[in-house]
Amino acid sequence: MSMLNPLARARGHGSAKEGVHHWYAQRASALLLIVLMGWLIYAMFRLAGADHGAASSFIAQPINAAFLILLIVTLFYHAMLGLQVVIEDYVHNQVLEVVFYFISRAGALFGMALGIIHVLKLALGA
Amino acid sequence: MKAKQRPLSPFMIGPYYKPQLTSLMSITHRASGVFLSIIGAPLLLWWLIAVSSGPQAYDALLGFLGSLIGQLLLIATVFCLSFHMINGVRHLVWDTGRALDIKTAYTAGWLVLIGTVLLSAILLGVLL
Repeated sequence: MSMLNPLARARGHGSAKEGVHHWYAQRASALLLIVLMGWLIYAMFRLAGADHGAASSFIAQPINAAFLILLIVTLFYHAMLGLQVVIEDYVHNQVLEVVFYFISRAGALFGMALGIIHVLKLALGA
Repeated sequence: MKAKQRPLSPFMIGPYYKPQLTSLMSITHRASGVFLSIIGAPLLLWWLIAVSSGPQAYDALLGFLGSLIGQLLLIATVFCLSFHMINGVRHLVWDTGRALDIKTAYTAGWLVLIGTVLLSAILLGVLL
């Protein structure tokens, strides 16, 4: 028999009401990506066969720069969440699991940072 | 103390079950997602960085995309993107609790495959 009352024993162990967050975030980002894919397909039509000048002035337009930044952040976020599930399901070695998890998270954050900086560089004309 | 070895149901892909459209599309959804994460997203970044770095880097990217490996990667990325997006809509509909019966799951599965081929053909027609 524990001397703790049931609530104190449950704290820190049971549901923290966050179980659904990953599931929800995966789907919310998926919905957003469908919209952003519409822009990406539009960009493909506009820029297929374009020379460097046309491509850089396209990205430099504020509306396109905004779409591209949002696309990059949402894409890497969605990829990070998806890779996490795949790693959890198929990598059974605990050390490798943590290593892959770290690489996928760090890689996604790096991708976001790099992408945003290059869009801003074009958009702000540096 | 060693945990008791309990029997597990076998993995869906393998010799134990007959291959089914639904299970194959399920694993392909994951595989295409992984491909897009490690090839597709970096390709998008490379394009962006090439544009921001100047005409030389941009021409180098176009040169790579024109090579055999570049063309294959581009085609695979377009197929994965089309499939993952359209099949993702199927999953989102399922997540609302709709269209879960076997007949609808198969009909929607075939529609996804047709949609994937059409969208891929359109995008590749533009890009290649």
